[in-house]
Amino acid sequence: MPLYLNDEQTMLRESAQQFVSEAAPVSHMRALRDANDATGFSRDLWKQFAEMGFTGILIPEADGGLGLGHVEAGVVLEEIGRNLSPSPFLTTAVAAVAALNGTAQRERWFPGILAGETVAALAIDERAKHGDAIGMKAERSGNGFKLTGAKQFVAHGHVADLLIVAARTAGSPEDHDGVTLFAVSKDAANLTADPQRLADASLAARMTFDGVAVDADAVIGEVDGGRAVLNALLGAGRTGAAAEMLGVGGGAMDMTVQYLKERKQFGVLIGSFQALQHRAAHLYSELEVARAAVLKAQQLLDAGDAKADEAVSVAKAMAGMASTLAVQEGVQMHGGIGMTDEYDIGFYMKRGRVLAELFGDTNYHADALARAAGY
Amino acid sequence: MSDLEQFRAETRAWLEANVPASMREPMRGEGDANWGGRKADYSKNPDQKLYMDRMAERGWTVPDWPKAYGGGGLSAAEAKILREEMARLKCRNPLNSFGISMLGPALLKYGTEEQKLEHLPRIARGEIRWCQGYSEPNAGSDLAGLQTSAVSDGDDYIVNGQKVWTSYADRADWIFCLVRTSKESKQGGISFLLFDMDSPGVSTKPILLISGYSPFCETFFDNVRVPKKNRVHDENKGWDVAKYLLGHEREMISGMGLASPGGNPLIEGAIATIGLDAQSRLADPILRAQLALFEVRSKAFSAMSERFIDQLKAGQAHPAQPSMMKYYGTELNKDRHELIMASGGSDTLEWESERSNGGAKPRAWLRTKANSIEGGTSEVQLNIIAKRILELPS
Repeated sequence: MPLYLNDEQTMLRESAQQFVSEAAPVSHMRALRDANDATGFSRDLWKQFAEMGFTGILIPEADGGLGLGHVEAGVVLEEIGRNLSPSPFLTTAVAAVAALNGTAQRERWFPGILAGETVAALAIDERAKHGDAIGMKAERSGNGFKLTGAKQFVAHGHVADLLIVAARTAGSPEDHDGVTLFAVSKDAANLTADPQRLADASLAARMTFDGVAVDADAVIGEVDGGRAVLNALLGAGRTGAAAEMLGVGGGAMDMTVQYLKERKQFGVLIGSFQALQHRAAHLYSELEVARAAVLKAQQLLDAGDAKADEAVSVAKAMAGMASTLAVQEGVQMHGGIGMTDEYDIGFYMKRGRVLAELFGDTNYHADALARAAGY
Repeated sequence: MSDLEQFRAETRAWLEANVPASMREPMRGEGDANWGGRKADYSKNPDQKLYMDRMAERGWTVPDWPKAYGGGGLSAAEAKILREEMARLKCRNPLNSFGISMLGPALLKYGTEEQKLEHLPRIARGEIRWCQGYSEPNAGSDLAGLQTSAVSDGDDYIVNGQKVWTSYADRADWIFCLVRTSKESKQGGISFLLFDMDSPGVSTKPILLISGYSPFCETFFDNVRVPKKNRVHDENKGWDVAKYLLGHEREMISGMGLASPGGNPLIEGAIATIGLDAQSRLADPILRAQLALFEVRSKAFSAMSERFIDQLKAGQAHPAQPSMMKYYGTELNKDRHELIMASGGSDTLEWESERSNGGAKPRAWLRTKANSIEGGTSEVQLNIIAKRILELPS
């Protein structure tokens, strides 16, 4: 499969570009922030995502979705990133769908996701840095399980209809096996969410599970065999976050290059200065390389290729480096105005930082590659 | 089985049966590369010639050229399968050639039918080794400032002047050369000539480099007579050919940023020298981190390289995209060799020992420093990206 978008994917990109930039441009995010909106995104917009068919991109046709792949999901995510659109698309229509796909749980949750009524959140991180250890306990209790422990960095956790929770049914936190994934509804008793506004104005919750009772049918996949489900979730989430970062980095670069073409100092356009031209050209190169890495990961995931895990780590790590450079150069090349809240470039820096941290940062993924290579 | 699957199976079987075992080992240094030509010496390893001839017979030294010019006539998908199967078997490149990577594409686009039939099959078979007469003293990055003159004399040109950094001019059979045919316009007064290095009046002198090698030469032209039929494209239109060819040169050089197929010598070398700790991690944690971050970029650039080739074949690549590939690939390759040196420690400093294969690592490290200079410096590539892709003002 060639490493560029085919005609159908290009058409999807055009419609996603138009839709997202009109329905949720940066001003939409700014307005939500200024209103101190407690949800963190627009439910109406989420409905519109469903009407466009976007929420069903990764849902198989047999389940009422479009049966498309990670390349197509990434096309939408890149536009979300470029417009800094607050949306549960990544957590719900990408990561959660990947986890639920093919499991008994899909029948319960897919219809709501397809309709743009259900929002999912991912309760997988327990520390400030994403890692592989899972300490939250899920103990057998009656017909089901009781979940005890805490999670953090749960985007949309305070308003999600569905929480996907990684917990331990056997072994100790560092063990690979013994993990089970659960689908928990928002109305579960003994579950509290403490939403915190993050630097990018999005909301992520610290969540406490104080013996949250779930039925046995809340299990996604197999008991003790949750790593397979978690891998599917993380593969999709990481690749999706990388695609969104391409949008954030690309959006920041476009703003910056445009600024270089408009801003005059010393009587000339600053874009004519070789020092700035070289930095912009270097940035372009880093983003192009990241784009190739992301597309590679998307295609290998879609093909179910054995090399997908490695490609996903490369994509997340590379997109992290490139988008970080893009937002830093963006603010710097804008000069003083780049430091103002009134100007949008700073929003790109904030969103880029959150995405860089989500599902493991560049260092996490570089380390994973090194371990897989035996050093 | 689809046609492509069948092609893959047949290709694999043919390669397994026909590529000599010594051509499936990693090259130990530049000396292991086969450049073909009239002056090639195959006495050290006759397999080089055998392998090249077998591949050339199928047109697989230039798989995507038309069969009429000695190529394999393969589709983009088939050529990719051939590359993948060669990588799988760790096959060496059967023929390194500026004729293949640089002149060939320019002749295919700008050459007359007569020129194509005369030169392309001989390039494909490795019979003629070409060198490039572009750079001149004092011109450097300002390539179009070249002064070597070609004055019309009946059916010939009389060429006078000097070239520099002519790669392997002392071992080449023919040269493709930029000459000034008019002083009226800088870029519009250049023509593109092909001529035999054995022509009277041509002389070369190797330049010794910091690697201890002499891959480059100074080349002098003293009243060299070149038939006008050897001019590619119109008189004074040579800059078009030169630019097109430079795109291919940059593409070729950017390939140096890719890790060689099979294994990972960088990581293996570091483990061998430094060892692993109790957690099976490289015992130098800072070097480990540097290696891991380098590997991210290296693998991402491999994907970029694949994407670039796919886009080129589909006519989707921006014409200035080779500049990005050249810039990124050569900078990455310098980083790789810095890490090889840091991983190998004092072992990689031995310059002449048998153990170090004649200092292959330090010499290769030093050689990479030229990558970001030759074919247009990194700074020139960044200028091109800024102006032509980002359209920043002058």
